[in-house]
Amino acid sequence: MGDLVRFRDDEAHEEPAVTLDSFLEQTNATAVRLEPTDDPRALLPFLGRLSLIEVSFPKFRDGRGFSTGSILREAGYTGELRAAGDILVDQINPLRRCGFDAILSDVEIDRAVLSRLSSLYGDVYQKTVDGRAPAWTRRNG
Amino acid sequence: MYRYDEYDQAIVDARVEEFRDQTRRRLAGELSEDQFKPLRLMNGLYLQLHAYMLRIAIPYGTLSGEQMRMLAHIARTYDKDYGHFTTRQNLQFNWIKLSDAPDILAKLATVQMHAIQTSGNCIRNISSDQYAGAAADEVEDPRPWAELLRQWSTFHPEFLFLPRKFKIAVVACEEDRTAVKFHDIGLQLHRNEAGEAGFRVFVGGGMGRTPMVAPVIREFLPKAQLIGYLEACLRVYNRFGRRDNLYKARIKILVHELGADEYRRQVEEEFLHTQTLGLDAPQEEIDRIAAGFAPPPFEAGLSDEIDRSDPDFALWLDQQVAAHKVPGYAIVNISLKPVEGIPGDASSAQMELMGELAQQYSFDELRITHAQNVVLAHVRKSDLFRIWQALDAAGLATPNLGLIGDIIACPGLDYCSLANARSIPLAQKIAKRFGDLDEQRDLGELKIKISGCINACGHHHAGHIGILGVDRKGEENYQLSFGGSGAEDASLAKIIGPGFSEDGVVEAVGRAVSVYTELREPGERFLDTYRRIGEAPFKEAIYG
Repeated sequence: MGDLVRFRDDEAHEEPAVTLDSFLEQTNATAVRLEPTDDPRALLPFLGRLSLIEVSFPKFRDGRGFSTGSILREAGYTGELRAAGDILVDQINPLRRCGFDAILSDVEIDRAVLSRLSSLYGDVYQKTVDGRAPAWTRRNG
Repeated sequence: MYRYDEYDQAIVDARVEEFRDQTRRRLAGELSEDQFKPLRLMNGLYLQLHAYMLRIAIPYGTLSGEQMRMLAHIARTYDKDYGHFTTRQNLQFNWIKLSDAPDILAKLATVQMHAIQTSGNCIRNISSDQYAGAAADEVEDPRPWAELLRQWSTFHPEFLFLPRKFKIAVVACEEDRTAVKFHDIGLQLHRNEAGEAGFRVFVGGGMGRTPMVAPVIREFLPKAQLIGYLEACLRVYNRFGRRDNLYKARIKILVHELGADEYRRQVEEEFLHTQTLGLDAPQEEIDRIAAGFAPPPFEAGLSDEIDRSDPDFALWLDQQVAAHKVPGYAIVNISLKPVEGIPGDASSAQMELMGELAQQYSFDELRITHAQNVVLAHVRKSDLFRIWQALDAAGLATPNLGLIGDIIACPGLDYCSLANARSIPLAQKIAKRFGDLDEQRDLGELKIKISGCINACGHHHAGHIGILGVDRKGEENYQLSFGGSGAEDASLAKIIGPGFSEDGVVEAVGRAVSVYTELREPGERFLDTYRRIGEAPFKEAIYG
């Protein structure tokens, strides 16, 4: 099953996520799972209806999901965005910067390490979908 | 040069703490080597044949005297009293203990240095022209843009797990000293017909087992749109670059397989989108960074006269000193290629001396070059003699810039776990074979580049003479190529025929050089002669 860490206050979505192909055929589903090769932009007409998009990370070094998450948030998706698979605790900061607000890791996430890492970086250099002000905004305040 | 403000410092300090935590978890057994590997690799720590190697970033090859002296201190305290400057303007320490790595990074952070993203499948150190700010023909100093990209690429969350490593260079001259077209992205500042400065964008160059000269993907990109455009280039690569085969994962393969036109179309489509996101830095931030690269307070009215009465000094002057844009000033090239030495290596004492000379004579600034040498970019001509004396006393005044003895070589099998053959002893043998500097000068510009494996860290594809070490039935074997160039006339070297033993390849290089001296026309470099007459006479002389 894996270890679920959530960074949002609502209840976790219970309905199983369906594949993109199934979703596009049976459009009453509210949860969908994207594989690295799936085009997240296929979901853009349906974002308002989705409560959960699960993005698969089959190997920690496969970074396609980072773009998938960013694209979905840039398009205005506000439901749960869950990264699922082979995820290292050290990847959670960048995942959150790409819009993920839930992590379903194949292995247990060490909460103490996660807590230390989460508070480490007070400043960031880029504007991303997480809305944090990049250093240049704060510098030129 | 640019100095960190509180934000830059906080980010680098946080990285030290993060890595200290990761190292502690590894040493405590909480992380396996498999789990730790991607974490340490993201911070330039490789496990090599004999020890850990730590690669330290020297952004766009520029560093202060104090930073150079810190590198000397680390070499003396934690390594074997020397360091190795690389073709990507970084510095490598070859004998590092894992338990020391966090302390080394903490010390580097005190002088605004780090090892962030010097390895791993992410955006690596941004390289640039060692003559930036000193060359007469540059459009503008390229380094503010390189610094902007350093910041933008540092922990860019979307691009930390790319299909493969990603190297960017920024230049602003027509004359290319960085091999810009051999980078994943090469950015060349130039002026359009309206006289505005912008970037020519090359994408998909590289060395490795499939060398490519990068095509132009955009002829003119307004400067203010740089980040939005690069986000589009990288996103297309991150999504569609190959991940099924390590050797086909670089962006050059994606661009090649899609075709430059289709890659360009996809990038332009994504760029339309990224432009709506407001990703680019505001002008005031670009101005703030540029202020960090304001020209130093050059003195006006200095003399251009140089006393050439010492013949050894005059030789060094002619070979190592280049023209500066300001009257009375010059650019000094320090050779890290003494005849018996290891290309790119410098001892702690040599690093300290170079740091002191920069502080005393060159507005506290040094540059590392892609040919593994060091530059003092802003030196008064009246100080040249004193600088030469100091360098000469430290074994740093070999007058061989661009000559056959100025060899680029990767660390090879002496250090590297990927290598198939040794590079350093071969470079030393060739340098010794042509040890006579009068002969070297007579041969003129002749760039030999040696790689100890197909990954091509020694840039052999771009050598006038390129040498690739391979493993042939357990024996080191060297393939010889001719006709490459990493300069503005970029081209790929072509293999001449069957490979050689170490001594055999030295002999073959000797024969090729003889063909050149017999058949050259006035003013021709080795490369020019090869391009004019083709490979046949060389093949005949070597194998005939």
